[in-house]
Amino acid sequence: MQITETLGLLLALSFVISLLALTILIWAIANKQVHTPDADDARTIFEPGEGADIDYPDKPHHFDTARSGIDANSSSVVMWLIAAAVFWLIYGSLHGLAASLELHLPDLMSGTAQMTFGRMRTVHLNSVAYGWASQGGLAAVCWIIPRIFRTNLRMTGLLKVGIVLWNIGLAAGVLAIANGWTDGLEWLEIPWQIDIILAAGAACFVAPLIATAKNRNVHHIYVSGWYFLAGVLWFPVLFIVANIPGVHHGVEQATMNWWYAHNVLGLWLTPLGVGTAYYFIPKIIGKPVYSYALSLVGFWALALFYSQVGIHHLIGGPVPTWLVTLSVVHSVMMFVPVIAVAINQHVTVASNLWALKESMPLRFISFGAVMYTLASFQGSIEALRSVNSITHFTHYTVAHAHLGAYAFVSLVLMGAIYQIVPRATGKYWPFPRMIAWHFWLNVIGFAVYFFSLTIGGILQGLAQLDATKPFADSVILLKPYLEGRSLGGGLMTLGHVLLAINLIAIGFAKKTRETETENMVAAE
Amino acid sequence: MNRYLPLAITALAILALATLFLVIAPGMQISAQGPSQGLKPYTEAEARGRAVYVSMGCLYCHSQQPRSLAQAPDAERGWGRASVAGDYAYDDPHQLGTMRTGPDLMDIGDRLPSQAWQLTHLYQPRAIASWSIMPAYPYLFEHKDKAGPDDVVVKLPAKYAPKSGVIVAKQDALDLVTYLQGMKRQYAPPKDGLRDNGYALIAEKQRDATDATTASN
Repeated sequence: MQITETLGLLLALSFVISLLALTILIWAIANKQVHTPDADDARTIFEPGEGADIDYPDKPHHFDTARSGIDANSSSVVMWLIAAAVFWLIYGSLHGLAASLELHLPDLMSGTAQMTFGRMRTVHLNSVAYGWASQGGLAAVCWIIPRIFRTNLRMTGLLKVGIVLWNIGLAAGVLAIANGWTDGLEWLEIPWQIDIILAAGAACFVAPLIATAKNRNVHHIYVSGWYFLAGVLWFPVLFIVANIPGVHHGVEQATMNWWYAHNVLGLWLTPLGVGTAYYFIPKIIGKPVYSYALSLVGFWALALFYSQVGIHHLIGGPVPTWLVTLSVVHSVMMFVPVIAVAINQHVTVASNLWALKESMPLRFISFGAVMYTLASFQGSIEALRSVNSITHFTHYTVAHAHLGAYAFVSLVLMGAIYQIVPRATGKYWPFPRMIAWHFWLNVIGFAVYFFSLTIGGILQGLAQLDATKPFADSVILLKPYLEGRSLGGGLMTLGHVLLAINLIAIGFAKKTRETETENMVAAE
Repeated sequence: MNRYLPLAITALAILALATLFLVIAPGMQISAQGPSQGLKPYTEAEARGRAVYVSMGCLYCHSQQPRSLAQAPDAERGWGRASVAGDYAYDDPHQLGTMRTGPDLMDIGDRLPSQAWQLTHLYQPRAIASWSIMPAYPYLFEHKDKAGPDDVVVKLPAKYAPKSGVIVAKQDALDLVTYLQGMKRQYAPPKDGLRDNGYALIAEKQRDATDATTASN
């Protein structure tokens, strides 16, 4: 029993440490003990004379012109990443759609093992998480970092080696999964032998970004930089530690599994999405974020609380009670960083609603930012024991995962791509109207997807909790909702195809300009 | 924040803290428990079958972790007693799962021990339950004109049977069924078995509170 007491103490300690750290941070900010980022720091992303003015077409602001030199070597890195990301987005979406169809048309594609649900779903997850979102996020990182540091990207050769390794590893990984070679853990399916290539690829991103940070020409690191620099360190550590073979087995492995899987969301994809939104929202609108000091609280609270929520995936399972409670408590504490980010980003957008009409990228990004708030609130509530009993083993969780990884991260990154590509290539989008179509296909498709699975999931969970109902009831009642999910997923995929068409077409388009003096994604 | 190094060090320290609480500490506690008494390591055929289970991705629709009666009626469905950490000591990779599109399989060997049933169900789930949305696994089987002496023939209703010849199970299918048949935890759970007792504790507190109210009335 000795060990239980020690662990009980650890549990209390973890919470106390996190809470204490947060209190110290707030006290330090209130008493000016640390340099509190202030309104001037928030202007780091603007040139002198830029900002605070509305972006009138007849009065072009100083958007990046002074820095056109810094894109000379980074734009090819960014474009490589975007091309690869969009490829994996399409590849992953098609697999996701196929897996979704298989759940209500089970005999549609049952001829080959490669196309069975268990493998299609897994290829979908790995393609969109590691191929699309990770690389789309890194594209935003490689675009934004030189801007907020006012220096060009360092060691771009190494970055390109990293991109090549990452994509080779990922292609080998999904091929392995489709053919039945898997490590068998959610989010960690790619065989560890292949993970060595991926780990080498991820490691190639660390040094260039540190070198760029070291050589920066501004004193202050803008908030996006905190998220990016931390995320770029967190992810390789997580990925390598979690993939070392032969360390864990049984339930130990399960806790490691969810420590990893939730941190990929919390300490990798979320920082990429939040950091990107923190840059583009004020940048496109032309005004600094609402309360810059609050962003500091948001960042550290995210690091402290998000990193310990993973075991809420094992509530009611064969793991120690204290461990589950720990993750439930931290899940609820996630309200702190999320509210901090929400105040900053939403107030900035809400007081400049005109900009949503003017900029399609901003529309994607602010929609994504709002979805971050909703996904996180939902996640906190979902982790409560009473709620979790209903939703845990159901499609409700799938809807929630897509609210976070899709409606938040993916939409922010799509907005970033629409914003970045014209500036990186010096070309206009050939089909600007398609961008609006893409937006609405994704928003409507996602709404259909989300509400289908959320309602279906709750009904599925309630049916399974009712011992008087046979298990079959929970399957039969779910079918129309699974069909709804396929419809929504189909619309979403169609939107992605429009993005891909625009991207391919811009590749063949003629260069229209050398400089970037105005908003290149014009109003429709 | 203006400096890179403190940011990097603090960020990594926080991750280390999370790793201590979520991986290292529970890992020590769980490994101190060891395998539950009565749990046997997988036989060779079971291990091969388990590999098929992993490779087909059964995990994405089937959990292997019955919940306690304080939380859910899993045991009443015949899914077995609430599992404890020691029940999984020989599992690598673990297959606890997070989804129940299909039922929990922790005690499937107890509930559906028939090889014939399992083979038919794997070949075509809808041959047994018309409402099922489970994938069929025809590639784990072979279509032959005539069964050989060692072949296990799959029993099929006319609707799903081939026009001529027979469907026989490949080794993968036989191994998978052997694994499923072995999925039973018939031994008594250890008294100090590790599991999330949060729901039982809450139920106890609520009972105490109700008792107190009744007593005060």
